[in-house]
Amino acid sequence: MSTLEIKGLTVSVHTEDGPKEILRGVDLTVSSGETHAIMGPNGSGKSTLAYSIAGHPKYTVTGGTVTLDGEDVLAMKVDQRARAGLFLAMQYPVEVPGVTVSNFLRTAKTAIDGQAPKLRTWVKDVKQAMANLRIDPEFADRNVNEGFSGGEKKRHEILQLQLLKPKVAILDETDSGLDIDALRIVADGVNQAKDETNVGVLLITHYTRILRYIKPDFVHVFVDGRIVEEGGKELADRLEDEGYDRFLTAASA
Amino acid sequence: MSLVADTSRPVDAVTAAGKAHTDSAAAFVPDKSRAERTASFDVADFPVPRGREEEWRFTPVKKLRGLLEPGATGRLEWDTFLPEGVTVSTIPSSEARELGALPPQDRAAVVAADVEKVTLVDIPAEAELTEPVRIRLIGDDATQPIHEHIVVRAGHHCRATVLFAHRGSAQYAQLVSVLTGDASDITVVASQRWEDDAIHLAQHDALVGRDATYRHISLTLGGKIVRLNANVRYAGPGGDATLLGVYFADAGQHLEHRSFVDHNTPHCKSHVTYKGALQGASAHTVWIGDALIRAEAEGTDTYELNRNLILTDGARADSVPNLEIETGEIVGAGHASATGRFDDLQLFYLQSRGIPEDEAKRLVVRGFFADVIKQIPMADLRAEATAAIEHELATTAYAAAATSDSTTPEHTSKEN
Repeated sequence: MSTLEIKGLTVSVHTEDGPKEILRGVDLTVSSGETHAIMGPNGSGKSTLAYSIAGHPKYTVTGGTVTLDGEDVLAMKVDQRARAGLFLAMQYPVEVPGVTVSNFLRTAKTAIDGQAPKLRTWVKDVKQAMANLRIDPEFADRNVNEGFSGGEKKRHEILQLQLLKPKVAILDETDSGLDIDALRIVADGVNQAKDETNVGVLLITHYTRILRYIKPDFVHVFVDGRIVEEGGKELADRLEDEGYDRFLTAASA
Repeated sequence: MSLVADTSRPVDAVTAAGKAHTDSAAAFVPDKSRAERTASFDVADFPVPRGREEEWRFTPVKKLRGLLEPGATGRLEWDTFLPEGVTVSTIPSSEARELGALPPQDRAAVVAADVEKVTLVDIPAEAELTEPVRIRLIGDDATQPIHEHIVVRAGHHCRATVLFAHRGSAQYAQLVSVLTGDASDITVVASQRWEDDAIHLAQHDALVGRDATYRHISLTLGGKIVRLNANVRYAGPGGDATLLGVYFADAGQHLEHRSFVDHNTPHCKSHVTYKGALQGASAHTVWIGDALIRAEAEGTDTYELNRNLILTDGARADSVPNLEIETGEIVGAGHASATGRFDDLQLFYLQSRGIPEDEAKRLVVRGFFADVIKQIPMADLRAEATAAIEHELATTAYAAAATSDSTTPEHTSKEN
């Protein structure tokens, strides 16, 4: 049982006009087995939340705490956070020329576990996970994200989620740019990870579409750098009907 | 165009544009075309360079001293492995010219050719070598200038790899003339793993036969000053030339690679890829890629690319692609050059998967060189190249210097 606890998190980014506050006090707790959806309009700071938890150097935490099972996440470097059990599936996964998927996966797995995976079971696990995500076996020999389509990149992120087995996974707009078939495959992959490892999921999305395939236990509406309303699955349904307008009016009032 | 990724140094081109120096402008008129550049076996045709000349402006010519004067008497130690059928012999220089060795194109090459005896490596026609020809050239004295001309003659329809492995300490001016027969498939690998005091100035020419495939691979890791010019001309249509290079410059090293592909014949291809990494104060690399598509070279397909990865502050990479096109009837022509630091996004991505920063950087550098290294035809040399790069990285201080450095990467790049 793991718990990611975010309390009063404020984050700013450096701009030409000085620091700009993006997150204005976020409180959120994600435990193993739970799926939290964070929904909000573009520019509300959803991705900033994801990258701040992962430790992207572009964002400066100005206040609040983030802990994973009581450990201070904010004091950890990016790689330490991953080894502690956090995972970020990125909206725009990065190309790494000359580094093959298989080399990358093995290197990451070795770093996360602190020892190299046993070769025979590892190869089998990778093949199985790739097959489940309908990833062509030849991708193992391709360079990380190089020449991948949008859908292939997202499936590759979920492949890592399955193989690295984090305690808490943040999925940053994993549904963006996916057609319905790809969305189903990706959602199945996430659900499988939930079943197998009881991973806690923080699912960041603009649209409710993905929530038809990945059932959230909690829905948080994110506007202007903070959570403005919380509820269950029914809140997502309401957002689908009404959009974000009423929150935007409230925020700007 | 000059690409400089070190903001602390002035850029020559900027200085010249801002404040014209009438003295140097009057003294120096650049060639309009690469075709006008002098090519000759006569030493008198090439004055000793002073550093302002177009082909020498990046090179520390003052440190070349006696190497550019004719009459050197030193010798490198030769250690050869010759597959069956391959012979090495000595011929007079007049005979080397009759064989078709292309004329020198700078002072270093002309003094290298100004010797009485030339070494001829002969690969017979239709030979299919399963083992590479290995020639280790070893120096033990960095004060004694050495001039040497080597001719590699590959007969028609043969297939071979020739390795020149340069080691030790030397002051060495070298001309290697490769003559490839029709429909042959020849790979020349030049490995520069000199000691820190070595100076090596080389011109490696190939006259590529009709329908022949030629590869030249430079692996330059050692030496104080290395300047290797790899040039290609075609003896007939259908030739396919690939020039590849990997270099890694540390503090105090000057590693320069130039290539000139002279598309003088229709329906030939050329592909040029050089990749370099730099680290340490005053590490300097230069890449000049010249490609000329003459009016008669219809159906030409050419591309050249240079990438430089600057690992620490204080290093400087110059990169100049030049493409001259005299006919529009071509398949393709292009070039690209980019010099940059580590990509912060790549490092973040790898680190976010638990990979520590040092290892992430090693992974990125290894990946950066991977596409060139994998084209080295010998497994042992691939392993040696990879190990040597790993060794260079292991001695890098970037990890300490760059920890918690979260500034955005500086990029000076241009794509054409």
